[in-house]
Order: sequence, then C-alpha cells, then structure tokens
Amino acid sequence: MTLPSLALLTQAVLSGIFVGALYGLLGLGLSLSWGLLRQINLSHFALAFLGAYLTYQLVMVGGMDPLLTLLVVAPCFFAAGAAIHWLLAGFAVTPLNSLLVTFGMTVIVESIIQWCWTADFRRMTSRYAEITYRIGKVYLPLPELLQLALAVTLCLAVWATLRYTDLGKALRAAAEDGEIAAAFGVNERVLAALLSGACAALAAVAGLCLALSYTLTPSQIYAWIGVVFAAVMIGGLGSALGPLVAGIVIGVAEALTMAITAPSWAPLVSFSLLIAVLLVRRGRA
Amino acid sequence: MRLNRSFAAVLCAVGLMLVGGNINAATSGPPVRIGSTLALTGPLAATALVHKLVGEIYVEQLNQRNGLLGRPVEWIVKDDQSKPDVARTLYEQLITVDKVDLLLGPYATGNILSAMGVAQRYNKMLIHHTFGIPSLAKYDMQFPTWSLGPDPATTFPNTLFNALAASPKPPKTIAIVTSKFPSVQFMSVGAREVAKKRGLTEVLFLEWEFGNREFGPIASRIKDANPDFLWVGAIGLEGNQLLEAMKKIDYLPVEQFYMYPAPGPMVKAPEAKNALAATIFEENVPFLNNPGAAEFVKVFNERAAKAGLPDTSVETQAAASYTAWQILEAAVTATKSLDDKVLAEWLKTHKVDTIQGKLRFDGPSNYGDDLMRVKQVQNGRWVTVWPAEAAAPGAKLLVQ
Repeated sequence: MTLPSLALLTQAVLSGIFVGALYGLLGLGLSLSWGLLRQINLSHFALAFLGAYLTYQLVMVGGMDPLLTLLVVAPCFFAAGAAIHWLLAGFAVTPLNSLLVTFGMTVIVESIIQWCWTADFRRMTSRYAEITYRIGKVYLPLPELLQLALAVTLCLAVWATLRYTDLGKALRAAAEDGEIAAAFGVNERVLAALLSGACAALAAVAGLCLALSYTLTPSQIYAWIGVVFAAVMIGGLGSALGPLVAGIVIGVAEALTMAITAPSWAPLVSFSLLIAVLLVRRGRA
Repeated sequence: MRLNRSFAAVLCAVGLMLVGGNINAATSGPPVRIGSTLALTGPLAATALVHKLVGEIYVEQLNQRNGLLGRPVEWIVKDDQSKPDVARTLYEQLITVDKVDLLLGPYATGNILSAMGVAQRYNKMLIHHTFGIPSLAKYDMQFPTWSLGPDPATTFPNTLFNALAASPKPPKTIAIVTSKFPSVQFMSVGAREVAKKRGLTEVLFLEWEFGNREFGPIASRIKDANPDFLWVGAIGLEGNQLLEAMKKIDYLPVEQFYMYPAPGPMVKAPEAKNALAATIFEENVPFLNNPGAAEFVKVFNERAAKAGLPDTSVETQAAASYTAWQILEAAVTATKSLDDKVLAEWLKTHKVDTIQGKLRFDGPSNYGDDLMRVKQVQNGRWVTVWPAEAAAPGAKLLVQ
C-alpha cells in the first residue's frame, strides 16, 4: 500500500471542508426549525432543491447572475416558509407528525420539480464554475469557496442574532417556554412565522450552492437527508454554529476516509460519529 | 372558382377518410394488450422516459401497419417509481387484474428481476431491454434485448482493451474506479481480471457506494495515481460528477472510459473530450443500415425534441427498447400466436433482425452474442470507434 501524497491529503481535507460547509448550511435551517419551532421540517431539503432549480432557471433562461438570483428566490421562499409554519401551527401538528407532513410536502415538491424540469439531469453553467484558484498543488474552485463563505457568514450571523439581539433572545425564550415568554410580551406566533420564513430563505441560499456546484436531478433531494440530519443531531438542535462545525467534521472525516481507505466506507463515517456523540452525551439533546 | 375549391375540399376529406379508413380497416377486433411498468418517477426516471417514448412510437407505428395479428395494440404502462417492490406488485396486477396478453420488461436490472419473478410464477414470457447481469436471469421464458452476451464482464473488457491496444498509444497502467451499483460493479471487477491477464499494471482500484455525493477525494486519488487509462464503472450521473471533480483539480486522464454514463450530459461536458463508453447502437452507419433503424432515428429525434428531452439522439437505451418491441412483433407475426410458450419456443430457435443487428437467444440464460461496441466523444458527439466493422465511417479511436 502506497502512502497518499501531501497534496492528495490537503486537497481531500479542503473537499471535506467545502462539502461540510454545505452540510452545515442545509443543516442550519433544519436545526433552527427543529430546535426552536419543534418542527422536524423534512421539506427543507425539497425547498433547497426547488431553490436550486429556480436558480438554474433564472440563470440559464433569464440570464441572471447566480448570486443575484437570491434577490428573487430568497424573499419568495421566506413567504413560503412563513406559510408552511402557518399551516403546521394551524393544525397544531406535533413534532413527530411534522416529520410525516413535511415528508409529504417533500414528495409533492419533488413531483412539481419533475413536472417542470423533468427527471433529466440539469447542470447550471456560470462564469463562477470556470474559476479555480491554485495555491501550490492545491486547487480552490470558486463555487466551493462561495459555498464556504456563505455558510460561515450566515451561521455566524444567525448565531450573533440569537445571542446578542432582542429578537434572538425572544426566539430562544419562546422556544424554552412559550407561555412565560408571551407573559413578557413576546409575540410567539409572529416570531415563529418569521423564523420559519428565515429557515426557508436559508434553504434558498443552500439551493444556490447546490446549483453552483452540483448536477441537479429531483431524486437527489433524498441523498442529503441522512448526513445533514447527522450534522444537526451532532451539532445540537437549535444551534446555529453546531451544524456547521459538525458538518465540516463529518465532511473532512468522509473525505479523508475516501482519500486514505475505500470510498465505500465514507457513508459509515457520519452515522458512526453520530452514534459516538450520542453515546458520549447521553441524556442531552 | 368557389365550386372548384369546394370540390377539392370534398376530395381531400374523402381522401383523408379513405386513409383513415385503411388504418382502421387494417386492425380490427379486441386490442392485444401489452403490459409494462417503467420508472416514470424516482431516480431512474430520466432514462425510463426514453423507454416510454420509444414504446409510444413503436405502438403507433405498429397500429399504422397491421397491429398484431390484425388486431390493434394497446400498451398499458404503469409507474413503478424506480422501486423493484412496486414493479413486482404492478406486474402481478397487469397479469391478474388488467389481464394483459403479453409482457414487456421494466427499466433497470433490479426492477426487471422483480418482474421476472412474477412472470415465472404465471408462466408468462418476459421480453426485457435493460438487464445488466445475465447470470441472474434464470427464467427460461425471459428474453434480453440488450445484447450483452452471457459473460459481458469478460467479453466487453476484452473488446475495449483490444481497441486500446490498437490505438497509437496503448496504455500500460490502469486505474479502475467503480460504483457499487450491481450491474456496474461486476463489469468493473471483470475488467480488473481481464486487465491483469493482459499485463496491464493496476495502479488504483476504488469502489464507492451508489448515491455518493462527493467525488473530490476520488478525483484526487486518481490524479495521484496518474494512470495511462482510467476505467470508471459509473452509471447515470456518477460519470459526470467524477468528471466535474477532476476538472476542479485541473486533471484530465490520458484515456478514460465510462461504463454506463448518462449519454446526453456527458457528451455536452467539455472535459469529456475523447471519453469512451459502451454502446449497442449509435446514429451512424453501419447501425443505420439495420432494418428500421434510419426511420426510427428520424422519428425519435423529432419526438424527443418535442417531448423536451435534453438528449434527442438514439443510443443504447432507446435502441434496446426498440429492439424489445421488434422482437415481440417478430415472434407474434411468425407464430401467429399470443401464447407465451409458443412465442418463447420460437424465439429460442430463431434469429431476429433488429436495429442492433441479428439477435439470438440460444445461449446461456437466453443470451446470444455480445454486440457491445466502443464509442467515443468526438467533436461534441458520440461516434462508434471499435470494432472496425462497427465504426462510423472514417472514425478512429483518438487519444489525448
């Protein structure tokens, strides 16, 4: 067995960081809705892919710059997210039932995507995809760098908002004990709708990253669920930075597994880590 | 003048009625019902839509000719959602509830295997187009129309390595990377054995789980190994994903082969220049000389464009599908029967002319010859390059 080169290991670590950032970005919205709204929103993945397809459409047909598509897609998704929350809250859907309801929504969104764009593969071409920076023997593709930058920026922004602003404190208070928070003047319903909208807007950003770096097909929605769930569980429900850190740890571990041993072992990594973390911190969410 | 125009209109109308009348007169009686499932939704849907379009075209053409035994043909196609368990249930339903006369297979190995079990239970003949592992086809009334031959894991790698050996720069080292998708993995394992026997030095062998998302580290390992020839056991999107990952680290293999790539996306990727793949049919002579090929290609191109398919060309999938219908029609026409056993007996003892060439079903597992060829991306399109007798006019295998 030959030892992997330093360039191979460095490139693998970078690949892991990049894909881990996407796990974190996808996990951010899921973590917030799960931890603060008590909704296990599987449709977050479907929204991310819908966002990716809309980005594809706006770029390939509308000729827009990929980053500018967020100005159109994110506000629409914010409204959709708020509407989803209104629906779930209106029917007093429990956390477990929210999993089932949003799974149904995922299937519906997948069908809509397939109806609009067919099941065929779609690859967005953009000027960003052609740009790769090189440092020594290591390559840094621009789409992945953008993905990392967006993930880090948004996770930090959400973390700071939750920690240092009145809005964040109110959200955390409402999640902790809605009735007591309401007694202190927190409008839980409005805040929950805002948060749900924000989570959907985050899915739109994740969709942009998916469209920039990946070939799209509707069934790919399900390929991300397991690993992102693991990142959210490891990172902590309701945490803004946790899923990002956990995502990067999983991404790097997967990439190193692929670089050093057999790539077919990589899927074991995320769930082995999840089991290990759950065993270590027994009794804590 | 007005009278003349009216007269012409009446003549036209009568003419149209006569033409229509001929079509209707050609077929009469209760329809012959042919049942299938296809993966109209789910991960296999992109390719299954090609099979749906081919089936629709063939049934239309068949009904315009004489149907089957003078009766119109009705094709009942159900959505198996890319799931073998759903396919099993639906084939059961097609036989017991819809009471179809004949069966055609679904798309993809797993689903076909499910359908085969049901067909066997009810003693129904099953003609199928995309079964990838011949050794698993145990039922004696199943007929494969994708001409892999009974041992493709040995025969096809030899065809490919013969092509490479005849190229201006025969490879000395090989990297084999493969998906663990069953019908691909066994081909890659076979290629590994054949490469060893032929004296190629293996510098890398890797497997990944089907559904793998991240190809960056795999691309880095290939770059590190830097083989003369890269065999990629990829199916569908995986080939493109690996190509994109290699492009990101500025690596282009000297020579590269992809087992079953999504043909449209790969041919459009600039980094796929000179990539090789397996095929049973391409839109070039000599395939176009086969019976019905040129007409089918023309109709398929038009209909695929109208249906909004990103790739409108006829290649392995569409050809295997069309062949299935050709074989069904040939057997029914020759035997003048819809009896499954009669049809199966006839197929086992006769060769059938198809757009792939002549197919026979008298070998192990009813497989005949391995008619798989080697194609290459040249100037943004697939052309057959090997063996010489199947190569497009003037086409030769190009190396980087």
